Amino acid sequence: MKPRLERGVLWGALALGLSVLVLMGLAAALVGSTLEATERDRWASWWGEVMAGRWPLLALLWLGLVAAAVAVGQRLWQHYVQPLSHMVDGVDMWLNTDVIKPVVPVGAPEHRALADRINQLLAQRERLRQDMDERVDQISQGIEQERSRLAALMSELTQSVVVCNLDGRILLYNNQARLQSRALSGSVGGGVELMGLDRSIYGVFERKLVAHALENIQERIRRGAASPSAQFVTTTAAGQLLRVQMAPVRGVGSDAPAALTGFVLMMENITREFQSESARDQVLNSLTEGTRSALANMQAALDMLDYPDLDAAMRSRFLAVLGDETRRMSQRLVDLETGAAADLKTRWPMEDMLGADLLNAALRQMQSQHAVPISLAEVDAALWLKVESFSLLQAISYLSGRLVDEFDVKFLQLRLAPATLPGHEGRKAHLDLIWSGQAMSTETVMSWELDAMRQGGDGSLLSVRDVVERHGGAFWFERERTRHQAFFRFLLPLANPQEQLLAADWVRNESRPEFYDFDLFQTNAQSRELDDRLLTELTYTVFDTETTGLNPSQGDEIIQMGATRIVNGKLLSQECFEQLIDPQRSIPVATIPIHGIEPHMVAGKPTIAQVLPSFHAFAQDTVLVAHNAAFDMRFLQLKEKSTGVVFDQPVLDTLLLSAVVHPKQESHRLEAIAERFNVTVLGRHTAMGDAMVTAEVFLKLIPLLAEKGIRTLGQARAAAQTTYYARLKY
Amino acid sequence: MTHKILIADDEPNILISLEFLMKREGYEVVLARDGQEAIDAVVRERPDLVLLDVMMPIKTGFEVCFEVRAHNDQICNTRILMLTAKGRDTDVAKGLALGANAYMTKPFSTKDLVTKVKGMLEATA
Repeated sequence: MKPRLERGVLWGALALGLSVLVLMGLAAALVGSTLEATERDRWASWWGEVMAGRWPLLALLWLGLVAAAVAVGQRLWQHYVQPLSHMVDGVDMWLNTDVIKPVVPVGAPEHRALADRINQLLAQRERLRQDMDERVDQISQGIEQERSRLAALMSELTQSVVVCNLDGRILLYNNQARLQSRALSGSVGGGVELMGLDRSIYGVFERKLVAHALENIQERIRRGAASPSAQFVTTTAAGQLLRVQMAPVRGVGSDAPAALTGFVLMMENITREFQSESARDQVLNSLTEGTRSALANMQAALDMLDYPDLDAAMRSRFLAVLGDETRRMSQRLVDLETGAAADLKTRWPMEDMLGADLLNAALRQMQSQHAVPISLAEVDAALWLKVESFSLLQAISYLSGRLVDEFDVKFLQLRLAPATLPGHEGRKAHLDLIWSGQAMSTETVMSWELDAMRQGGDGSLLSVRDVVERHGGAFWFERERTRHQAFFRFLLPLANPQEQLLAADWVRNESRPEFYDFDLFQTNAQSRELDDRLLTELTYTVFDTETTGLNPSQGDEIIQMGATRIVNGKLLSQECFEQLIDPQRSIPVATIPIHGIEPHMVAGKPTIAQVLPSFHAFAQDTVLVAHNAAFDMRFLQLKEKSTGVVFDQPVLDTLLLSAVVHPKQESHRLEAIAERFNVTVLGRHTAMGDAMVTAEVFLKLIPLLAEKGIRTLGQARAAAQTTYYARLKY
Repeated sequence: MTHKILIADDEPNILISLEFLMKREGYEVVLARDGQEAIDAVVRERPDLVLLDVMMPIKTGFEVCFEVRAHNDQICNTRILMLTAKGRDTDVAKGLALGANAYMTKPFSTKDLVTKVKGMLEATA
C-alpha cells in the first residue's frame, strides 16, 4: 500500500527547512555584529570567493534535509496519528449507526492496546443494550398482555364500563356501554350522542349525582377505606333504571396517593331484572299469610273440640270449620300453581345507601317542587339503608306534594333515626316526613297510601304501599300532639354491612373494547346579522386560557387553552378543544400551583403560532364566551401581528353578564357564580375545566337575561358594556 | 263485674271458635265482621278489650287501632290485642306503633290467647 503523502507532514517539513535557513542567517548576523567593519568586509569577500559557484550544493543539502523531515514525519504520522483517527472513525460508527464492527487495532503497541480496550468497552455496551432491549421487550409484552386481558375483561363484562376523567369526559368505554346507551337514549341518535370518547358522562347522568358519589368516595379515601367505591341507582331520560357503581382512578404519582384523576363507572340496567325472583317472593309471602290464617282457624277449632262439655251441635260446627279450612287451603295452592303469580308486581333490587344521602336527595327534590320551607330535622348520619332509592324518593315526593296541595302545610321536615322498638335495634330505621297543619283522617291516609303516585301528569302506577312492601317495610301516620306535628313514618330496613356486589357474569366472546371518535358537529352558515339574533339560538365557543402570568405586554404567554361549544342551548362538552402550548419562555414557579402545568409538560408542545390557527378554526362562526373575557382576549389580540390570526368575533363575558343579572352580588368570580347557580365544579383550574364551568354558567345566565328583557346578542353586549362602565367608575 | 270483649275478624271460621272460647271463659262477647263495624262497636259497646284482626275489609286493624287511640274520651284507652297472619316484624312494629297493647301472630294456641287476655284485663283493673 502506497501511503498518501499527508499534507500536514509536508508543511511541517517545509517549516523545519525554513527554520534551519532562518537559524543560519541569524547565526551569521550574530557573528557579523561582533566584528570590526574591516574584519567583516574581509570575511564577506572570503566567503564570497569560497561559495562562488557552490550555492547549489547548499540548496541540495537543504532539500535533502526537508525530504528527510518529510519521510520521518510521514512515518510518525502513519504510526501514531493515523491509527488514532482510524479508531475515532470506528467509534463514531458505533455511536452513530447500528453497524457493529470492532475497532481495528493498528499502529504502535500502545495504540493496539487502546483499540483492544475500546473494543471491550464497546462489547460491554452492546451487551447492556441487548439486555435493556430484552427487558423492554419483556415489559412491553407484559403490558400488551395486561392490556389484552383488560380488553377481554372489559368486553366480556355484562356490565357496562365507562372510564372518565374528573371533568366527566369519557376516556374509555366497552361495547356493553355502547349497547346500553342505545337502550338508554330516547332520541333519534340512538345513543351515539351519549356514549363516545371525549363526550360528557353528564349526558347520561346528572352532574350532581356523579359529584355526590365522588364526594362519597373521597370521604371514604380520607377515612382510609380499602376499596372506596360508591353506588347509586338512577333513572335515565328514557325511563330506564340503572344501578351504577363508581370506583376511583387514582394518580400513579408517588407523593399524593389519594389524588383522584378520574373514575370508573360500572352500570347495570336493572329495569327488567329480578322479575321472576321477586314474583317468587310475592308468592311465598301470600302463601305464608294465607296459611297462617287458615291454620289459626283450624287450631282454634281443634282446641275447642278438646273441651269435654261441648254439645253435639257445636262439635259439628267446629268440624265443619276444619273441613272448610282444609278445602280452602287446597284451593289456594291450586290458584297459586295456575299462575296467579304472573301478574304480581315486580320488585327492584335494594341498594345500600347512606340514609343521610337519601334524605338530602329527597330534600333537593322537594325543594325544587314546593314553595313551603323544607328542612332536615334530626338525621342519624351513621345509618345505611337498604333501599330502592328511586321509588322511595318518588313516594316521599308524592306524599309531600299532596300535603302541600291539599293540606296547606306550613313546613315539611325529614327525619331519620334508628328504630327503637324491641327486636328492631340495629335492623330497622324510621324515616319520617313531618309537617304541621290540619289534622288528617285515616281515610285520607289510606287513600294516599293506596293511590297511584301521580302528580301533574307524570308519576308512577305504583302506590306508596307498593313501595313500602317492596322494601319489606311498613308505613303509617302518627301525631305528636305536644309538638302540634304529625308525620308519616316509613319503617325501612338497614343495610347489612357485609353485603357484596354480585359477581359479574361472564360471556364468551372474542370482541375487544371499542373506541370511537366522532366528528365535530358542523354548523350551517348564518345569514342574519349576529347582533339581531337571539342568545338562545346562537352557537358559542366557550373558552379559557392558562397563562404564565397576568401581563401579556410584559412577555407573559398562554400555556394552555380549553374550549367547548354551545349549540342550540346545549353544552356539547364532547366537542372540546384542549391544548398545552409551549410558551417558549420559562413558567414562573409561583404560578405552577395555580394551573398545575410544569415546564416539562409544555416542552415539545406546539407554539401559540401553531395553536391559534386551529383554535380559530374551532371557533369559526361562533360567538366567543369567556369569564373575564378581556383578559383572555388581550393575550389573543397581542398575537394578531405575529400569527396573522385575528379574532374579530363578538365576545361575551360571563363576569359582566353576571353583574347584569345580579348587580347586588359582591363577587362575580367564577367559583362564586358557579356556586350561586349550583353548577358543580370538577377539575377546576385547568383551561378545559374552567371553560366547562363557564359554559354551564353562561347557559344559566341566558334565561335570567331574558327575564330582564335581554334576548339578543346586541342587547347582551350593550348591557354588559354599561355594567362595565358602571364598574369602572368606582 | 263481667268484662266485655269485642272480637273483630272477617273470618267466620275463627269468630266461631273465639266467641265460644271467650264466652266459656266467662266474658261478655261482641262481634264485628269488618273494620267499620269494629269502630262502631267500640264506641257503642265500650268493650274492655278488643281482639283485633289486621286484614279486614273496609278498614284494616291498623286503622281501627289508630282511630280508637285518636278518640278524646275514655274510648282511647281501650285495650287492644292484635291478631294477625302478618307475621313480619315490620307489621308487628307498625301495630305496636299505632297503639296496640299486644300482638299475636296467627296461628296461636287458644290457651296462650286466654292467658294473654286475662293478663291484660287484670292489668287494666
